[in-house]
Amino acid sequence: MFKSLKITCDQATTICDKNQYGEASLLEKLKLNLHFIRCKICFKYTKQNMTLTKIYKGHARSCQHVNHCMPDNAKDLLKEEFEKLQAQ
Amino acid sequence: MVFYFKMAEEQVVLDTSKWIDNYADYMYNYAIVRVNDGDLAKDLVQETFFAGLKSAKNFQGKSTERTWLVSILKRKIIDYYRKINSKKGQAEVRMNFYDDGENEGNWLEERVPQSWDNQSEKSIENEELKSQLESCIDALPQKYGMVFRMKTIQEFETEEICKELDITASNLWVMIHRARTQLRKCMEDNWFNT
Repeated sequence: MFKSLKITCDQATTICDKNQYGEASLLEKLKLNLHFIRCKICFKYTKQNMTLTKIYKGHARSCQHVNHCMPDNAKDLLKEEFEKLQAQ
Repeated sequence: MVFYFKMAEEQVVLDTSKWIDNYADYMYNYAIVRVNDGDLAKDLVQETFFAGLKSAKNFQGKSTERTWLVSILKRKIIDYYRKINSKKGQAEVRMNFYDDGENEGNWLEERVPQSWDNQSEKSIENEELKSQLESCIDALPQKYGMVFRMKTIQEFETEEICKELDITASNLWVMIHRARTQLRKCMEDNWFNT
């Protein structure tokens, strides 16, 4: 039974990344926590990952407020091309 | 150019002459948050309008003009994603972090996470941090960068990304994992331990 709960560092860090979005399942979290008992490196990765998640979230907040508009010159060019195509 | 369609009792009008004024900004914003490249977003929007004009006769009036145009744009974005996804052997700087030999799946000694200096001080948000983070995201292989931005920066639902890019959830998590592992290393080398 315990053998099926054993995972590699690659799998553990994949679960850790998934967990940063709150999307790891209970079984995955159990496997991750059991992995931590024998792997201090993945434990360190997880702690650092949490710091990075906070940074990413802060960045996301500032990016989501930006509304991108198509530059006017690009819009004019597009209109020209579009009118040509319509005329055909 | 105006197209008229008879739908049951009501007549549906597709007025292509107002498309650019009405929808260019919306479509451009839609594209750029997904592909993070202004020129590419412009091209995708242009292709969408052209394709829309060519297939205007197929518009059935079941949705609004904008929804119909966005559905064309979505297909263009999927095509773009497939194109970057199929570029085998391109100059991607994907690092390998885990052993694929005898200790398969375990950390490679030279890629083991290092301790970070002044972690709390370095985590305070500022312009410099944002700029370093952006350059690390830009250094990711294109497809990882695209998926990472959609999931982490734009905070789209997993299901939505999978649907938009036509990928499975497990595929998405593998890409997010690879993106985050590479980003962690980039931030470690260029921010936390400098």
